[in-house]
Amino acid sequence: MPITALKGEAIASPAADAKAPAAKASAAKAKTAEIVRLTPARPAARPNRFAGYAHSAAVAIVPPFVVLVALLGLWELLCSGPGATLPPPSTIWQDSYDLIVNPFFVNGSQDIGLGWRVLISLQRVAIGFGLAAVAGIMLGVVVGQSVWAMRGLDPIFQVLRTVPPLAWLPIALAAFRDSNPSAIFVIFITAIWPVIINTAVGVRNIPQDYRNVAQVLRLNPLEFFVKIMLPSAAPYIFTGLRIGVGLSWLAIVAAEMLTGGVGIGFFIWDAWNSSRLSDIIVALVYIGVVGFILDRLVAGIGAFITRGTAAA
Amino acid sequence: MTAYLKLDHIDKSFARGGSVTEVLKEVSLDIAKGEYISVIGHSGCGKSTLLNIVAGLTQATNGGVILEGRQVDTPGPDRAVVFQNHSLLPWLSVYDNVRLAVDKVFSGVKSRAERHDWTLHNLDLVQMGHAKGRRPSEISGGMKQRVGIARALAMQPKVLLLDEPFGALDALTRAHLQDSVMQIHAALGNTVIMITHDVDEAVLLSDRIVMMTNGPSARIGEVLDVRLPRPRRRLELVTDPSYLACREAVLKFLYERHRFVEAA
Repeated sequence: MPITALKGEAIASPAADAKAPAAKASAAKAKTAEIVRLTPARPAARPNRFAGYAHSAAVAIVPPFVVLVALLGLWELLCSGPGATLPPPSTIWQDSYDLIVNPFFVNGSQDIGLGWRVLISLQRVAIGFGLAAVAGIMLGVVVGQSVWAMRGLDPIFQVLRTVPPLAWLPIALAAFRDSNPSAIFVIFITAIWPVIINTAVGVRNIPQDYRNVAQVLRLNPLEFFVKIMLPSAAPYIFTGLRIGVGLSWLAIVAAEMLTGGVGIGFFIWDAWNSSRLSDIIVALVYIGVVGFILDRLVAGIGAFITRGTAAA
Repeated sequence: MTAYLKLDHIDKSFARGGSVTEVLKEVSLDIAKGEYISVIGHSGCGKSTLLNIVAGLTQATNGGVILEGRQVDTPGPDRAVVFQNHSLLPWLSVYDNVRLAVDKVFSGVKSRAERHDWTLHNLDLVQMGHAKGRRPSEISGGMKQRVGIARALAMQPKVLLLDEPFGALDALTRAHLQDSVMQIHAALGNTVIMITHDVDEAVLLSDRIVMMTNGPSARIGEVLDVRLPRPRRRLELVTDPSYLACREAVLKFLYERHRFVEAA
């Protein structure tokens, strides 16, 4: 079969039936292909934007909500019996109604809402974690930049970071002779290790190319720190900060249980001493939610600041 | 007449553990102002090491580099480098990458507005003015390399060092960039040292081609003068007898006399 005929056949076939013979004839005569119009695909139904949002929200919210209701129901069942040691959710709702519905009441110096207590604990975390972030990044830069600093300091860091937060508390109390700075110190010493170690890794991983650029431009150490080192190591630094803030929140509750005051940790200890189990459970929910928010906050700041730097 | 840039008996050896590897041996070359030099050789022959020594990023074991009568052994913006993998800072926009260099080199010399104009001027020179707000991750490999060239040019270097600048690009993009570099070289008269492993590229762009022998202990095997009139046009050169002769000379050097030995 001659090639021209083959071509004409292949091109004409998708055309409408009535046009097909004419197309074939003209293709054969002129030995050129003819442009065939195909019916355009039916335009897809325009997606409803609101429905899209509603769908994604439902996908995110409905499953955890269902699981939560199921767990609460199970809990209610297990703890409703006469021999139960822990209160069921219905009892908690009755016992601790004030604490649940109003986080910010003030009925006297020791009788304040859980929102206030969380804020007081958060203030300690902010100071301790802030100091740990600054000192941790500084030390991490030194350890990451200098081989000798790493050889000297790294073994010490590796040993110290395994010391549990509360083990520092007696020494801190002895040194500061006051509970508030001791609690802040415990936060500091808990949060600093992941910041140091991650910053050091980030600094060590600065590509040689960027160092070469800095050398050719003759950036001074300060310019190198601000313009090359911090942005390049930022993803690592924020990983360290995120781990650090989680550990801080773990440590503050334990530290406040021992040091007293008005934080959320002391509230739990106080409630335990006066057998208010319902209050303790409400406080646990507060602690969990705040810890979750803190983690997401640091992760969000990190994602915002390091946007675009991941892909080189 | 003394040379503008002089590579003076450069030796380079790396000591690792107990063993010493000699990479470069007795490399000497005089380069005139405005000259375009290509260094070609098989991989592992120390081309990039040589460029890093000129840039000051690596120290020569013996000998040194003399630029305008003064020895240079530290990096500086008078010897701007266009790196093989562009080395743009990913957290800065195209404009800010060039501006960083401009701000650093001309901090006391040009006003803020002048530095802004100079940055844009250099981006326009490589036809990247349209993408000044983009980040390196948002532009193609060829565009990144253009920005790298703009950053180097913006420093107004005495010598422009190109380390296999088009090695990672596809053939068409590479041709475009070669044309751009030729135009810029014709307009500004830069002194250029370019590392390459592409014979056509070397002949097309260079005034002289420095051919390196295989390492270890690589030295300059031959220096070929490319006496083709400028401006050179890629298409016209394809059949030009002197172009073909140059090409043949380089090919013969690389594949007959200094065949790359895999085991070396």
